[in-house]
Amino acid sequence: MATAFARNQWYVAAYGREVGRELLGRTILGEPVVLYRTEEDDRVVALADRCVHRRFPLSESRLEGDRIVCGYHGFSYDTSGTCVFVPGQQRIPRTARVNAYPVAELDSFVWIWIGDPALADAKQIPRAPHLADPQWTTVSGMEPIDGDYGLLVDNLLDLSHETYLHGGYIGTPEVAETPITTEVDEAAGVVRVGRHMPDAACPPFYARSTGIEGRITRLQDIEYFAPCLYLLHSRITPVGQEAPSFRTEITYAITPSAPGQVYDFWAVSRDFAQDDAEVTGFLRDFNHQVVMQDVDALNLLQRALDREPAGYQELSINIDTGGLAARRILARLADR
Amino acid sequence: MTGPLHGAAAGRAATGQVYRIEWFPGTDLLHGTCHCGAAHTDLDPVEMWTWMLGHPEGHVSEHRHD
Repeated sequence: MATAFARNQWYVAAYGREVGRELLGRTILGEPVVLYRTEEDDRVVALADRCVHRRFPLSESRLEGDRIVCGYHGFSYDTSGTCVFVPGQQRIPRTARVNAYPVAELDSFVWIWIGDPALADAKQIPRAPHLADPQWTTVSGMEPIDGDYGLLVDNLLDLSHETYLHGGYIGTPEVAETPITTEVDEAAGVVRVGRHMPDAACPPFYARSTGIEGRITRLQDIEYFAPCLYLLHSRITPVGQEAPSFRTEITYAITPSAPGQVYDFWAVSRDFAQDDAEVTGFLRDFNHQVVMQDVDALNLLQRALDREPAGYQELSINIDTGGLAARRILARLADR
Repeated sequence: MTGPLHGAAAGRAATGQVYRIEWFPGTDLLHGTCHCGAAHTDLDPVEMWTWMLGHPEGHVSEHRHD
């Protein structure tokens, strides 16, 4: 069953570094959007990515100053989406305008509001300050998934899958074996899931980045700010020791693209070996492999679900306590 | 897990109305506590959420304060 979109919410459209003087096309909640950065004041503009004339993608067009000139017939739009030029005639039809979406740049992300612009309040954007904090070193990327965005929420709220899908990377037996504690602030739309492993094997992800060779105390504390931002606060120490303590912030932005498609923005930030290029390279490559394991699994799962007869049943167990809460919150947000 | 939301990460106000479900180590039991103080034990997370979000129906607690 498809997870309904919650329109009146903030979503990550891109990393700030992706948006410049080249036009960038993305589809958010089923709406094609073109993004660029102004020459005049370096701010991000997001417009509907279809020319009002014959629906040509503006993202496949070009910029002239801060105006987009449609690559098909030359209709030109300013940063507010107003058409300021049509070919061959003086009169510009009153309806010649494309939607301009509210945007905000925060914590290295470009956030976008697809719903009613009158309700957009940038103060409501959940924060991930470590992404732009020089005390942290971050590697990041984005992978599109051909799956319902609810599948990715489910995946991230239940980390017991690390043991099976990511064994030999980030998973060890203790992850699936350790009970979780779930806290839900229903009205705020926040789900927290904690899994504290006092004595666990150290997976390669941490062994090779920290140099720890023995067993570890591993704390995983998830905060999910529905619908888009997911933070996993991870802390490891050698068993029986208070120090050294290695903190990793694992961030995801879950942005529904279209029905059955989601953008998986991922980042790994660390507060240790910040200047070590080898550790940076290792974590970038290794985590990308982990993300691709999820991408492959969710692509496969979606294809399997697409072939299921309507009304299929699922079975939920204790590990799903947080994921079930997230589903209910998403359904409520979509009803607003 | 029992404190307020991580301050730096919270871009929205916590309401203080928090539902909490603990999975008791060494068992399959879930122990739920509603924001009103009522408690419930269950083996099924779906049933647990049905009870929890049914508040205030069936939520009887000595500590109830809503």
